[in-house]
Amino acid sequence: MKHLSEYRDKELAQKLIAAIRDQSKRPIRLMEVCGTHTVSIFRHGIRQVLPPTIQLISGPGCPVCVTATEEIDRAVKLARNPGVMITTFGDLVRVPGSQSSLQMERASGADVRMVYSTFDALKLARENQNKKVIFLAIGFETTAPTIAAAVLEAKLLGLENYFILSAHKLLPPALEVLLNSGDLNLQGFIYPGHVTTIIGTGAYEQVAEKYHLPGVVCGFEPVDILETILMLVRQIEQGQAKVEIQYKRGSSAIGNPKALNVLNRVFVPCDAPWRGLGTIPDSGLALRPEFRAFAAEDHFDLQVPPAQDHPGCACGEVLRGIKTPLQCLLFRTACRPDSPIGPCMVSTEGTCAAYFKYNE
Amino acid sequence: MCLAVPMEVKKITDNWAVVEYEGTRREVRLDLVDPKPEVGDYVIIHAGFALHRIDEEEAKENLKYWKEILNKDI
Amino acid sequence: MTFDKVLLDHGGGGRASHELIERVFVPRFQNPFLKEMNDSAVFDLNGANLAFTTDSYVVDPIFFPGGDIGSLAVCGTVNDLAMRGAKPYYLSVGFIMEEGFPLKDLEQILLSMERAAQEAGVQIVTGDTKVVPKGAVDKIFINTSGIGLIPKGFNIAGQNAQPGDAVLLSGTLGDHGLTILSKREGLAFESSLKSDAAPLNHLVQEILSTGPEIHVLRDPTRGGLATTLNEIAGQSQVGIEIWEETIPIRDSVSAASEILGLDPLYVANEGKLVAILPQSQAEAVLAVMKKNPYGQDAALIGEVKAENPGKVVLKTIIGGKRLLDMLTGEQLPRIC
Repeated sequence: MKHLSEYRDKELAQKLIAAIRDQSKRPIRLMEVCGTHTVSIFRHGIRQVLPPTIQLISGPGCPVCVTATEEIDRAVKLARNPGVMITTFGDLVRVPGSQSSLQMERASGADVRMVYSTFDALKLARENQNKKVIFLAIGFETTAPTIAAAVLEAKLLGLENYFILSAHKLLPPALEVLLNSGDLNLQGFIYPGHVTTIIGTGAYEQVAEKYHLPGVVCGFEPVDILETILMLVRQIEQGQAKVEIQYKRGSSAIGNPKALNVLNRVFVPCDAPWRGLGTIPDSGLALRPEFRAFAAEDHFDLQVPPAQDHPGCACGEVLRGIKTPLQCLLFRTACRPDSPIGPCMVSTEGTCAAYFKYNE
Repeated sequence: MCLAVPMEVKKITDNWAVVEYEGTRREVRLDLVDPKPEVGDYVIIHAGFALHRIDEEEAKENLKYWKEILNKDI
Repeated sequence: MTFDKVLLDHGGGGRASHELIERVFVPRFQNPFLKEMNDSAVFDLNGANLAFTTDSYVVDPIFFPGGDIGSLAVCGTVNDLAMRGAKPYYLSVGFIMEEGFPLKDLEQILLSMERAAQEAGVQIVTGDTKVVPKGAVDKIFINTSGIGLIPKGFNIAGQNAQPGDAVLLSGTLGDHGLTILSKREGLAFESSLKSDAAPLNHLVQEILSTGPEIHVLRDPTRGGLATTLNEIAGQSQVGIEIWEETIPIRDSVSAASEILGLDPLYVANEGKLVAILPQSQAEAVLAVMKKNPYGQDAALIGEVKAENPGKVVLKTIIGGKRLLDMLTGEQLPRIC
């Protein structure tokens, strides 16, 4: 078993599609919280094979999309410091702040490197002692423990030229804000498999109980997604609101306590700005006092003017699932993947980029 | 939200493992995975870290369940 | 947000590149040959039907599994000529080297250029060398131009796809682009990946020997198959539908793409071609392609449609449909 190709099986997919069509009676709206699901749904053409009773809407689970403009502006300001090397995941390089992006700063001479892992950034810091190497840390609970592990390692090595700028986000507080916003019309959640790998299903149990909304933790291949939709359809048709795990090979109800322990040793929750959702209490991560030596904001001037989002941009509503990109006036006209205005167009897993790229 | 792929553990040295998937090899960290995988196990890799050891039996069972149930018409 | 500088995206071969070409270059040098935007310009000179092309090579790393910047510089230009049905004859070569570049590396590059030229049956007949101060270029850049002769009766161009035509692909996708990415600093991982860099002119000659009714040939280099098909769909004002389950992709390429979050349909190839031709010829041409070592994995991957002119649609394995747009900028590895 390879644990991947098996879940792209055509026959299995077609049987699941037939079962979904057969069993789905009531019109329902399901939210895929995670941007990687959004991409997979478009990439495999899942929307077109579902019956008209099922509508999928995309939630706020793309770390690039929810990164606030001011966070990008700070990264840009950092990149302009002489002697600084910016390291980050490829996802962030193109994201526009209010004036510039890291890609544009690189074209203007800044040292911006893409890495696959924070440990690659650590390596760059060790090899370039004359430079201050800053890792722009984005991501949800899945990614944050990897950043934390690198901070622990940096401390162990006594590195003095490695810093992080944390723009991490936590999922449960954002779900809570969504559910309390009042303008959501939802019957169930497709929960992110890899966040669950770390945090388990505790937070979803509360959602199921408090809001009577079923949810299924889902893998990322087409068979996973179809199976998840079938599980949700069955629950909804039977009036249930349980949390189930479809993605059993990659996650469990208890999550990964070891990774959470590493995360909590290094980080403490803090208020964080979300693009489209505003500032949410305790939804971000800040370095604990004993690790402040690695906090970029303590060593560099990161004051930036308050950012103005484009007034026509509907990313906020798109992230909350109350508008589709097609309802945004800028979509496909002023806002395109090569000249993005909102974050949902910038990230390959952003809802608008996915609509632009894959939708007929 | 988070892209991660299953890869097979080929070699373990302290907190590092060499993992492979269809001929692509990469060194990853084991700081976050529990229980610690052994050579031959599949682990889920995200951003250079193993996050989860795949329970082979459970994965097989799950696939089998769906294949069987679908053959019986759900 | 407007920006007054050239970005790496402008060299990625996707939409940004196209916009730069259309907005900045074409209006400046406007003429009917350039406007066609094909792999080579084709013109009549004293009764001879000639194809003429140029390309620059800046690949990093310069040596990679399956080839190097030298073999690439020969194969790429040979292929651009072949994609108009031309038999390539003569190449020029220009080197721009960074001060301090090891002579041993240069020798190795020249050796592989010699070998590639021999295989393709072309001669490198003129050249130029420039050396610039350290840092002014990265190691070595190579430009090659080429000239070839198109046999009478052939008119192969991106404008010629017709509804009902079959779409053939000569082999697996993504091998070159992922090989290069796998060697980049910061991303380096070990793999069995190998670039597919190869001269395709003999394969093309064999295809043409089946008859004159080949409508389009094109090599899906930067921007990958998806971008190439979009170019053809736009030039011919037709729709193109391709079928995911028929597209050959090596398991190793597929795996590396998953790990980096890339889509092999958008990754560069340096030894593959797309052939668009009447359905009635498809089987015969496919058989010819499969006999050539550079075409052994060839497959029928789709068809040209009258509907959705200018658009490319992928039918997915599970039966859904997905619009394949042109590559936007550089494909960046991602974790999300």
